[in-house]
Amino acid sequence: MTPNPYLWLIPVLPLAGAAINGFFGRHSSKKAITAIALTFCGAAFALALFIALRFSSAAAPYSFPLAHWIRSGSFSVDFDFYLDQLSLVMMLVVTGVGFLIHIYSVGYMWEDDGYYRFMAYLNLFMFFMLTLVLAKNYLMMFIGWEGVGLASYLLIGFWFVKDSAASAGKKAFIVNRIGDFGFLIALFLMIKHFGTLDFPALFAKIQPLSPEIAGAGTLTAIGLLLMVGAAGKSAQLPLYVWLPDAMEGPTPVSALIHAATMVTAGVYMVARSHMIFERAPSAMTVVAIVGTLTALFAATIGIAQTDIKKVLAYSTVSQLGYMFMACGVGAFSAGIFHLMTHAFFKGLLFLAAGSVIHGIGGEQDMRKMGALRRYMPGTFITMGIATLAIAGIPGLAGFFSKDEILWKAYSSPYGSPVYWLIGVLTALITSFYMFRLMYMTFGGDDYRGAPADDPHAHASHGHGHDDAHGHHEPHESPWVMLGPLVVLAFLSVVGGWIGIGGRFEHFLAPVFQAPASELARETGGETASQLTEKLLMGVSILAAFGGWFLAWLFYSNKPQLPEKIAASFGSFYKAVANKYYVDELYAVLFVKPLINGSTEILWHGVDQNVIDATVNNSADAARHVSDEARHMQSGNLRSYAGWVAAGGALVIAYMVWMGVR
Amino acid sequence: MVPLSYYLVLGGILFVCGVLGFLIKRNIITIFMSIELMLNGVNLTFVAFAAQWHSLSGQIFVFFVMVVAAAEAAVGLAIIIAVYRTRETLNVDQVNLLKL
Repeated sequence: MTPNPYLWLIPVLPLAGAAINGFFGRHSSKKAITAIALTFCGAAFALALFIALRFSSAAAPYSFPLAHWIRSGSFSVDFDFYLDQLSLVMMLVVTGVGFLIHIYSVGYMWEDDGYYRFMAYLNLFMFFMLTLVLAKNYLMMFIGWEGVGLASYLLIGFWFVKDSAASAGKKAFIVNRIGDFGFLIALFLMIKHFGTLDFPALFAKIQPLSPEIAGAGTLTAIGLLLMVGAAGKSAQLPLYVWLPDAMEGPTPVSALIHAATMVTAGVYMVARSHMIFERAPSAMTVVAIVGTLTALFAATIGIAQTDIKKVLAYSTVSQLGYMFMACGVGAFSAGIFHLMTHAFFKGLLFLAAGSVIHGIGGEQDMRKMGALRRYMPGTFITMGIATLAIAGIPGLAGFFSKDEILWKAYSSPYGSPVYWLIGVLTALITSFYMFRLMYMTFGGDDYRGAPADDPHAHASHGHGHDDAHGHHEPHESPWVMLGPLVVLAFLSVVGGWIGIGGRFEHFLAPVFQAPASELARETGGETASQLTEKLLMGVSILAAFGGWFLAWLFYSNKPQLPEKIAASFGSFYKAVANKYYVDELYAVLFVKPLINGSTEILWHGVDQNVIDATVNNSADAARHVSDEARHMQSGNLRSYAGWVAAGGALVIAYMVWMGVR
Repeated sequence: MVPLSYYLVLGGILFVCGVLGFLIKRNIITIFMSIELMLNGVNLTFVAFAAQWHSLSGQIFVFFVMVVAAAEAAVGLAIIIAVYRTRETLNVDQVNLLKL
C-alpha cells in the first residue's frame, strides 16, 4: 500500500541533525558540525528525490500513518504524513533549496562563533518546514507552521547581541502571532462544523457544499481566517512589516526562510485549502485583492531602498503578492509554479547578495558598492541570471510562472483585467528595481566603498561579514558559496521549462481539480483567447524590458537623473523611501497605545496598584500589627504574669457576668 | 454559723494579695511567699465549700494542694539558695541570663 514507507524520515532526519548539533555542537569541531548538518539535510534531500522518482500520479495521494495523537470521542488527530503532487513539489523545493543553502552557509558562517547554533537552527527549520508541507491534517500543519515561526525567530535574532536583530526577531514573532491567531480560529471553526482536520476527510465533507455566493457563511469565515494566517506568515498587507526587518538575520537565513520556503507557507496553505476557497468566492476575492495590492505596494517601496537586502525583501513581499493573486483568481497551480521558480531565483538573489556583502566586508548599502562585476564575476553572472529571471525576460523561469499568473488573472472566471493591469505594472516596477540593484551594485566604473586600508592585507584577511572586520578589497567568494549559486542559476534558467504547455498545471491538476467552468471557457473561445494570451504576453515582455531600459537609463546612462526625478516628486518620493510610513503608522495606531496602555493602566494601574498593592499592603499590615504586638513580649517575667492574671481576671469576670445573667 | 460568703471573700482577698505580691515584689522569696498565699486562698475556698456541702472531696483536694506546696517549697527554696550562691542577688529582674 505504501510504496515508500520512509516518508516520515524526511522531516525526522533534519531533526536528528538539529538535535545532535544543538546538544553536542558546542564542543565539536566545525568540521564535525558541518558533516552532521550537511549529511542529515542531504540525506533528506536524497530521500525526497528517491521518493519523487518512484512517485506515480496514478496512485497518489499516499498517506502514511505514523502514530496516534489525539483521540477524543469521534474527533481524532494523528501524526499522519500525506504525499500528493502538491506536497511532492513543496518537499522537493524545500529539501533541494534548503540543502544548497546549507552548503552555502558553511562558507558564509564559517567564521562565526555561533556556527554550531546556526547549523542546528537551520536543520530545525528544515524539520518544521517539512512537517508543514507533508502534514495530513491542519493541526500537524499548524505544528510545522508554529515551528518555522520559532526557527525564523531564532535565526532573525541570531546575532542577538545586536539590539536591532533582537527586536526584529521579536517583531517577526509578534506579527506572526496575529496571523496564527486567525489560523487557529479557522481550525476551531473546522472542528466545530466538520468535526475533522484531516485533509481528505474534511475536503470530502466540503466538496458537496455549494459555493456561498451571497453573504458570508462558515466557509467564507474559515477562508478569511486562513487568509489572515497566510498574510501573517507570507508577509501580505497589512502584516508584511516583519519581513523587511527580518533581514537583520544572516543572509543564508534570508534566502532560505524569508525568500524561498517559509514565507511561501501561506501560499501553500491557501492552495492546500483550495476546496474551501473555491466554495467561498468572497474569501477568494479578498485573497486576490490583498495579493494584488501587496504586489504593487511592496514593489514601489522596493524602488527607493538603498540596502541591498531590503530591496530583495520588498521584492519578496511583492512576489508573494503575485502568488496570492494567482490563488485568489483560482489559479492555484500557477501560484505554486511561481512559488517554485521564485524559490530558485529569489534564493539565488539572496545568496548572491550575501556573497556581495561577504566579499566587501559587511557593507549592505548599495550606494557604497559599484563596479563589483570586476571583483566578483561569478557572483555577478549568477545574480544577473536571477535578475533576468525575476524580471520576466523570456526564456527564464520567472517569465513562465509570472506570465501564467498574469494570464490567469485576466482570463480566469474569478479574474479581472484590473488584476492583470496592476500585475503588469508591478512587473515593470520589479524589472526596474532589480536592474537598478544590478547597476548600482555591479555596474559603473568605480567601487564606491571605502578603499582598503592596506592593499597587501588581501592575502591574509579573514572572511568577515560583520562591521567589526573593517573594509577590504572586494573579493570573490569561495567555491563552497559559489557552487550553490551556480546550481540555483541553472535552476533559475530551466526551472520554468517544466511549465511549458501547461505540463506543471496538468501534474498538479489531480490536486486542484480545475473548476469545470474554467475548462468550458478555455475550450469555448479557443482562437480568440489564444490571441489575447499572446497579446498579453507581449505586453508583459514589454514591461520587463521597459523596466530594464528605465533602470539602465537612470542608473547607468544618466546617473544624475534619479536625483532630479526624486526631487521633482518631492514628498511622494520621501514617502516611498520611508516605506509609506507604515511602520510609523502601526507604531502610532497599535504599538504606542499598547505600550502606553500596558504601562499606564496594566502596569502602573492594575499591577502596581491592585496586585502588588494587595500583597504589599497585607504584608505591611501584618508587620505593623506585629510591630505593636511585639511589645507584649518584653522578656519581663512579671509582666507575663501580669498578662496571665489580667486574662484570668477577664475570664472570671466573664463567667461571673454570665452567671449573674 | 459563719456564712459561706465570708470564707469566699476572705479566700478571694488572700488570692488577690498573693497575685499583687507576685506581680509587684522583686525579691524571689517574697514572690514565693505570695504564691503560697494564693494557694492558701484557694485552699480556704475548697474547705469552705466542703463544709458547706458536706462533701469530703474538697478536703482531700486541700491535702493534695498542701503536698504539692510542700514539695514546691522544698524545691523552690533549694533553687533560691542555688541562685543566690551563683548570682549573689535575689532580685528577679537581675536574674535574666536566658533573655535575649
